[in-house]
Amino acid sequence: MSTTTQAPEATPPTPSTESRERSTSLAKAGDWARRAPLLPALVFVIILTQLPFLATLVVSFMNWNAYYPDERGFAGLDNFRRVFTDTNTRQAVVVTVLLTVSVVVISLLLGLGIALLLDRKFRGRGIVRTLMITPFLIVPVAAALLWKHALYNPEYGLFNGLLKAVFGENAPQPDWITNNPLWAIIAALVWQWTPFMMLILLAGLQSRPLDVVEAARIDGASNVQIFKSMTLPHLRQYIELSALLGAIYVVQNFDHVFTITSGGLGTANLPYFIYQTFYTAQDYGRASAAGVVVVIGTIIIATLALRTAFSLFKEETR
Amino acid sequence: MSATQTSTTSRMPSAPAGARGAAGAQIVHRRPPKKAALLGVLAWVIGLLFAMPVLWMALTSFHKETDAATNPPSVFAPLSLEGYQTFFDAGPWPSLLNSLTASVISTILVLLLAFPAAYALSIRPVRKWTDVLFFFLSTKMLPIVAGILPIYLFAQQVRLLDNIWLLIVLYTSMNLPIAVWMLRSFLAEVPVEMLEAAQVDGASLTRTLRDVIAPVVMPGIASAALICFIFSWNELLLARVLTGTTAGTAPVFLTGFVTSQGLFLAKVCAASLVVSLPVLVAGFAAQDKLVQGLSMGAVR
Repeated sequence: MSTTTQAPEATPPTPSTESRERSTSLAKAGDWARRAPLLPALVFVIILTQLPFLATLVVSFMNWNAYYPDERGFAGLDNFRRVFTDTNTRQAVVVTVLLTVSVVVISLLLGLGIALLLDRKFRGRGIVRTLMITPFLIVPVAAALLWKHALYNPEYGLFNGLLKAVFGENAPQPDWITNNPLWAIIAALVWQWTPFMMLILLAGLQSRPLDVVEAARIDGASNVQIFKSMTLPHLRQYIELSALLGAIYVVQNFDHVFTITSGGLGTANLPYFIYQTFYTAQDYGRASAAGVVVVIGTIIIATLALRTAFSLFKEETR
Repeated sequence: MSATQTSTTSRMPSAPAGARGAAGAQIVHRRPPKKAALLGVLAWVIGLLFAMPVLWMALTSFHKETDAATNPPSVFAPLSLEGYQTFFDAGPWPSLLNSLTASVISTILVLLLAFPAAYALSIRPVRKWTDVLFFFLSTKMLPIVAGILPIYLFAQQVRLLDNIWLLIVLYTSMNLPIAVWMLRSFLAEVPVEMLEAAQVDGASLTRTLRDVIAPVVMPGIASAALICFIFSWNELLLARVLTGTTAGTAPVFLTGFVTSQGLFLAKVCAASLVVSLPVLVAGFAAQDKLVQGLSMGAVR
């Protein structure tokens, strides 16, 4: 579609009397004039994201551990075999999926509910919106530290403190992180990502054509009916957008796993696992193989997600 | 905030004419006022619940260590600046300055690179511009961790480890795709007539960019800058792996701030709050820009 729309734009300055050869060379120059502003950004991104990945691909076929530099060499598929047979890696895959899906789904549902509440008129709505955004504006490491030490700590954390304040001396004092390590991380992440979902969904709600909703109400449609058949379809693209963006960021989460459990208690997700394999164990070959597996997995999911994204942005691409 | 106001005020005038009669009155009173008030209270409760950890963090940061670590919590303990004193005595300034340098310079670089690219993807689009746009987005899906090892090894070779410029370049590439998407969606709204008028007047590309396009997309630039700043300021993984004592950023400093001995809750809360302060201030000041930035310009 871009070719058909841009062709007439490129030619007008060329008078019809000029030779055909001239006009094509002009069009060619025009093409490059169009591309020139794009190139710096494109080259920059290719060098910094594609080249390192190609290098990772090469290293993934090598036997390379920084602790044993003499043994460096070609390893074939050994690293991949180890990645697929290792229980830690499989655990990391499961944790990554669980973490991403639960954080995205829970914060989406919470975010939707809160967005619906905030779409209504009530006293102090602006203040409540500001309060709601606060968690998203705390630096992730700081938020993870806050949850770990100020909230979850079994001896002086706020949660157990409140339990004691309400139920007295015999109140249960659970060790939140040890008892449910993965849920401890999920809760802290949901707290930060719910405002994100809420903000996008609220913007979606407020772009809803209200006269149509009003008309439906006059025709006797109930609130549930209006929500199901009008609000939800309108919100669909906003829901998809926030889920897609949320997933992009949560899948890569490192800060919370690193801070709250240091990957212990079976909470190491893939980013943490790779970080540990390369940074602590210095096993470059295996870390790279795990990285390649992650990327292939991401490509499969991203192809589906990009299709969604494409439908999202289609209406504004005209 | 403004969007909230307009949507509510436009509710009545935009309703069909017939709605203003008896039926209109019925709509207004359809929901009993009691229920509406209850929902308002519910919204307040939820908002306070979400803000509570931050409020608790702020309160704890102003307590003495001994009052911070009590159970049940001592809410009304005397206030103290002990936590902040310990934090600032630990020498956080170099790391805060590193964070500021990395965030500000990378944000400027992102805008310088993204603006022309967005122009080439919207106003005078190259062929297959949608493919290019999705290529940018797809790089966001490539996990940073998958490319971090070669970057580390390369930096080690050329002695760029623990150098703030390495982080600046990496943060630029990390945020560039988002900025390209955002600015493109804003540039797509520039009226073509204005561009044609500029062309007729014989304005050069740079002048067109500066005088015609920039003013229209200024809000987009502000959103992109805000979001790039926040993401760079927050970043931990790259900074942790690639920097050490000289170029370490504030998040890295924070991770090393928790000690295994003694009480540390007040000072950790103070530190967390100070490190989050720039993001809190910028985010509160520009809530609407935040929404636009987060959604890469898809939501206005």
